[in-house]
Amino acid sequence: MVRNPSANRAQFRPTDHPNESFLLTTVVGSYPKPKWLNRADELVEDPDSKFDDDDLEEAHDDACRLITHEHERAGLDTVVDGEMRRNEMVEFFAERIDGYEFNGPVKVWGHNYFDKPSVVEDVAYDEPWLVDEFAFTTNVAERPVKVPITGPYTLGFWAFNEAYPSTEELVYDLADLVNEEIEKLVEAGARYVQIDEPALATTPEDHAIVGEALDRIVSGIDEDVRIGLHVCYGDYSRIYPEINDFPIDEFDVELCNGDYEQIPTFQDPEFEPDLALGVVDAHTAEIEPVEEIKANIRQGLRVVPPEKLTISPDCGLKLLPREIAYGKTENMVEAARQVEAEIDAGEIDLDAPLADD
Amino acid sequence: MTERVAATPGIYPLPDWAKGTLSDLKGHQKGDLLSGDEGGEIAETYDEVRAEFVDDQLEAGLDRVVEGEGRWDDMIAHPLTVHESVETGGIVRYYDNNNFYRDPRVVDDLGFSGDVAAELEAAADLIAGTDAGDAPLAATLPGPYSLATLATDEHYGDEGAFQAAIADFLAGELEAFPAHETLFLLEPSLVTNPPADGTEERATDAIATVAGATDADVVVQTYWGALDEKLYAHLVDEADADALGLDLVAGDRDDTVYNVQEYGATDSVSLGLVDGQNTLIEEPETVAERVEWFEGQVPAADFETTYLTPNTELFYLPENKYRAKLNALAAATEVLE
Repeated sequence: MVRNPSANRAQFRPTDHPNESFLLTTVVGSYPKPKWLNRADELVEDPDSKFDDDDLEEAHDDACRLITHEHERAGLDTVVDGEMRRNEMVEFFAERIDGYEFNGPVKVWGHNYFDKPSVVEDVAYDEPWLVDEFAFTTNVAERPVKVPITGPYTLGFWAFNEAYPSTEELVYDLADLVNEEIEKLVEAGARYVQIDEPALATTPEDHAIVGEALDRIVSGIDEDVRIGLHVCYGDYSRIYPEINDFPIDEFDVELCNGDYEQIPTFQDPEFEPDLALGVVDAHTAEIEPVEEIKANIRQGLRVVPPEKLTISPDCGLKLLPREIAYGKTENMVEAARQVEAEIDAGEIDLDAPLADD
Repeated sequence: MTERVAATPGIYPLPDWAKGTLSDLKGHQKGDLLSGDEGGEIAETYDEVRAEFVDDQLEAGLDRVVEGEGRWDDMIAHPLTVHESVETGGIVRYYDNNNFYRDPRVVDDLGFSGDVAAELEAAADLIAGTDAGDAPLAATLPGPYSLATLATDEHYGDEGAFQAAIADFLAGELEAFPAHETLFLLEPSLVTNPPADGTEERATDAIATVAGATDADVVVQTYWGALDEKLYAHLVDEADADALGLDLVAGDRDDTVYNVQEYGATDSVSLGLVDGQNTLIEEPETVAERVEWFEGQVPAADFETTYLTPNTELFYLPENKYRAKLNALAAATEVLE
């Protein structure tokens, strides 16, 4: 059962928004790190260097400030800090949760590895994961801040399970911890939280586990807090229409990468949460022109009306060159504003949004 | 009296030092991966990796020594991705894992390559230079059915012809191998993506083509659950395998036992007993109990050899845990003695 997206969407509309229509613009979360930050991460590990943990913290603060402002300069309605403090989406959280241990990197593909942790005892909440990050970003941002959190299904299934009878049980315990973290974030002022579950794309038959985990995640969270779910790269027909039963406000998808071939999947039955549509490709290093992105946005209007459409990149942009990531983001916002104006002017037939009027 | 043999179906994780070194030498991108004609520092690094793999196995006391396939950037698709008649396409998912490999697109006749044979020659030389110079070598190859399903045919034009061509290619490679005691043919697709009804024989013919090209004992290693009953029966009768490899870790092991009880078994059997995808290290006694449990479930079967193996390749694991799994398998055979 979808939460109540219409109850929490308006708070992200800027007071000086230029159009009557409003397509909420956002990003999935990760963004390329400035090269000097990667160098700083290495320096702090170098025993011969005078660069210490305090220096690294300052570097992270500077990078977060920089990327938050870069998002604002691109015109996004909601911003993040580009996950500058995070190394990898499972590792970052596993380091902060009791019950995990690390044994070394494992292969993903080619010479790309990640430090896949092992769950060796029951997981437990230790220190806050993101509250300090959120407080810092909110303090430097002039726009509302979205908080991406790796979801419990991914935190469970992208780890080695040594402790639980089944990984499903681990996921539910992790979901309770995510709920605890979101409560703290809400207390700190967060109003927009995105649960990242890329692992669901690899095992879509587990959508019921994700649904149960989401029930636990949103337990006690007010409807004025917007809860999004991001699932990238997969066959969405294997989890739709089941996601209409998820307790979320927004479902964020990667469809630009597949030329929107899967859009018809979401047309019947009616799509219930707000749709956060990827309109620029996170896996190509070319900046899509505004006109092309506008056509992509129209694909989203085939599924939901403008008041339920959120505009975002397909996925995190962290693997792209920074100037490309910025160019995509800037064009994406410009395209959204132009489409809004065209809707206001009646130039887009919302019953047939791909038609040229 | 059943002989218990501790062995592994190849593909080990690179040591951590080599992960960094090779990443620096080769790069991270699709175009930077192995093409089969590497030389210089890259080749020397792989030589060091191979020597470490051989030492790991000898130290653990395994009964078969594999080369370890450190060069196999694309996991079991490797023999194709380095072939001159193959172009590599996009990055595609390796089964339902969070692992990816380059899509091998076969664009011309699959002639002889010799890539895997050269690896095995190097491993045989290494073994010969150790105190355990007579340690038996085991070779690892993808099974023809799985390799065909993991690849894209842009040349042969017909599924059956493609599978047969892959089988002929693998058989040709095998003929160039140095002496080896055992051949592991890795066939996970038989479980995850089984042949369509009525095409089982085509798959078993392909496997038999490869098995017929070596004098070694051939283990057709399946994993990620139980085989379909009918396919299992075909494999036992037609694949020309000395042993079928059966996964007792993933999926429902009772289904696997049922297959053996109902349709008989190959003369030998290979059991996936330790979890190749979990860092939890099984005690040798636990592994031994699993062997005895399985053998007890099928009392009519009197296996010539029972291979004690991980249920999958071990490249999924961090370096320290991979070594611990080798030790657990080798120690389990001692428990059973």
